[in-house]
Amino acid sequence: MDAILAQLLNGLDKGGAYALIALGLTLVFGTLGVVNFAHGALFMLGAFCAVAFRQLITMETVTIDPSQLSPWGAPLEIKTPLAQTWFGEFGAVMIEYSVPLSIVLAIPVMLIIGIAMERGIIKHFYKRSHAEQILVTFGLAIVAQEVIKAIFGPNPISQPMPTSLRGAADVGLWLGMGPNVLTYPWWRLLYFVFSAAIIAAVFAFLRFTTFGMVVRAGMADRETVGLLGINIGRRFTIMFGLAAVVAGLAGVMYTPLVPPNYHLGMDFLVLSFVVVVVGGMGSLPGAVAAGFLLGILQSFASMAQVKAMLPGIDQIIIYLTAVIILLVRPRGLIGRRGMMES
Amino acid sequence: MALLTRRRLLQTGMAGIIGTGIAPMMFTKGAWAQEFCNNPTGDTVTFGFNMPLTGAYADEGADQQRALTLAVEHLNGEGDGGLLPTFSSKSLTGKGVLGKKVAYVTGDDQTKADAGRDSARRMIERDGAIMICGASSSAVAIAEQALCQEMGVIYMAGLTHSNDTTGKDKKKYGFRHFFNAYQSGIALGPVLGEAYGKDRVAYHLTSDYTWGWTQEESMKNATEALGWKTITPVRTPVGAGDFSQYLTPVLNSGADVLILNHYGFDGVNSLTQAVQFGMKDKTVNGKKFEIVLPLVSDLMAKGAGEAMKGVYGTSNWDWQLKDAASAAFTKSFGAKYGQPPSQIAHTSYVQALLYADACERAGTFYPPEVIKALEGFEFDGMGNGPTLYRDTDHQCFKDVLVVQGKRAPTNQYDLLDVVATASKESVTYDPAIFGGELGPDTAAMC
Repeated sequence: MDAILAQLLNGLDKGGAYALIALGLTLVFGTLGVVNFAHGALFMLGAFCAVAFRQLITMETVTIDPSQLSPWGAPLEIKTPLAQTWFGEFGAVMIEYSVPLSIVLAIPVMLIIGIAMERGIIKHFYKRSHAEQILVTFGLAIVAQEVIKAIFGPNPISQPMPTSLRGAADVGLWLGMGPNVLTYPWWRLLYFVFSAAIIAAVFAFLRFTTFGMVVRAGMADRETVGLLGINIGRRFTIMFGLAAVVAGLAGVMYTPLVPPNYHLGMDFLVLSFVVVVVGGMGSLPGAVAAGFLLGILQSFASMAQVKAMLPGIDQIIIYLTAVIILLVRPRGLIGRRGMMES
Repeated sequence: MALLTRRRLLQTGMAGIIGTGIAPMMFTKGAWAQEFCNNPTGDTVTFGFNMPLTGAYADEGADQQRALTLAVEHLNGEGDGGLLPTFSSKSLTGKGVLGKKVAYVTGDDQTKADAGRDSARRMIERDGAIMICGASSSAVAIAEQALCQEMGVIYMAGLTHSNDTTGKDKKKYGFRHFFNAYQSGIALGPVLGEAYGKDRVAYHLTSDYTWGWTQEESMKNATEALGWKTITPVRTPVGAGDFSQYLTPVLNSGADVLILNHYGFDGVNSLTQAVQFGMKDKTVNGKKFEIVLPLVSDLMAKGAGEAMKGVYGTSNWDWQLKDAASAAFTKSFGAKYGQPPSQIAHTSYVQALLYADACERAGTFYPPEVIKALEGFEFDGMGNGPTLYRDTDHQCFKDVLVVQGKRAPTNQYDLLDVVATASKESVTYDPAIFGGELGPDTAAMC
């Protein structure tokens, strides 16, 4: 039982990342009708906001200590982060909490990147075919990853999590199972809670604000909303920016789990499209449900007992599920009629 | 006037014999020179360095590139000479190789066998590389080694630890200085037995390719010989990034030791994630839970940081060794790059020098002669003590280091402690146990 619960927790934490990326992808597809292959790159750019923030506050002053020698006989260089030199104790706290603090940087940066991407390139492809949209957004993704590679190099860059959130929480104790029966890393639990909070915030924004109501109306019937004198195009542009922010935040909080490199977006791209297709094109609840479902299935498929029966199942479970769901429900779990249908 | 005296006849005859027989043999001492791939005809000879500059082992590739660049400098007489003065063979003089200045080309194998093979082929066909050196993945090394065998170009492997490289997939044109998984098991087993006892249950997470498989098998054999039990190993994809779904089942499996058959960024990620799961703080079966990383490098220890403390593994070489050669290489590398060299830097540097030295001793670049010079070659002064390049499988035999993540580092580079050394004799084995055929040494035109 405890093993099943542990895998379930793992599935929810993985599913959180899938759901967040797929949510942004579906927002863009549902509002603008654009198949955005650069969405994975937005996740990666968000992760690099965290990297850039940390590099900025840990820029170092180098002093030479002639009393100590390096292994090759040169005087030893003592490096001190500038933030610590300038702000003392507060600088040390900033460095310690650099990942959560970098959200402050990531929100405006991702919003600007999203709006610039939509206004600069993607708007010119609204009336083009999906194939052309895929080509141009895929090109954008490659440009983004090459720029990051040129600036930050090809290697993954570790982002340490705050000391207070290292180690594992005794989840079993919370559930009355006794001490050390079921433990799970604090940061992964936080990631799941963070994903759930962002998803809830996006749904609340669309459900309970006038802006969101207009956007939902535009998703259902763009022409009629336009005839009412509402500039729906501007709202959709903002939604593109919002989708970029959601993907970026997912990337920021993911960095302590897996050190990001320039290829991170591509690693998630295909997966997130499968999530969207399984959930149903254009369906926001479908994307979230499919994200968590596929995360949980992938986690269970990685168990030794399952792999012993079906070797390699952990690598194909997501695609296998997609095939089965599309055979049984061609529009996906909660697909909207008319989406990607002639 | 006698047209032809007997004396004149003898003189003419001798001149004729010399002219048509011996002299051409003198001039054609290197007649094979025209009959092999990328015979250098100008005043330079080109080495091909193929490394993972991207992918799961990119950190290793970057250090490999630094070391190989340094090797070329030293071969050409630049810098402080590095290991040339300590190397027991005195054929290398710092004037290039066989009077030709060493040039080099580089490629990115992307930590992928097909990309590595394509890159090596490009260097041979387009850039005229006479030898290929590099790789940090056994899958890549084995693929490149097979290509080099086809093309008649000598392959000096970089970091490849699979038993298969000089076992079932060995090649006449391939040579490995690095140790292998079998030797890791032999060296690490007794240390683990002493540290953790004889009654343990091990859980393996294994990179799903040739190196992972052979390391898993070697570690399983070594630990089961101690009396440990093994839970069915779990294979993980290379470059998985997030290993959490494979680590979660470990917690409730009944295992009290996790053996991570991962290398490079995979090793760093799986180790740090295992520690995030609280595994180092757990008690299972009444014993403290332990993590083992059988193949470890300074670069991985640096990447894993705190997580590496107290973790056992094995290494081919460590910059903190006290012998004159290790000190000379560390000094040379540190002065140029501002950091100590890693084990991959060391083995790659040594491989480049060993190839150059073999050419000098053979007196030619003709591959079959260079192969003969390397086979059975015994040397010292390269940082590993007395070493043998065994002729039957082209595997180097030397001491193997057992290392442990340092608990109290004295500086940023002080990451690993050498806690034991398995002697060259103890890690020597019968080549027949891994099978394979070296194949022919026939020179080929590429």
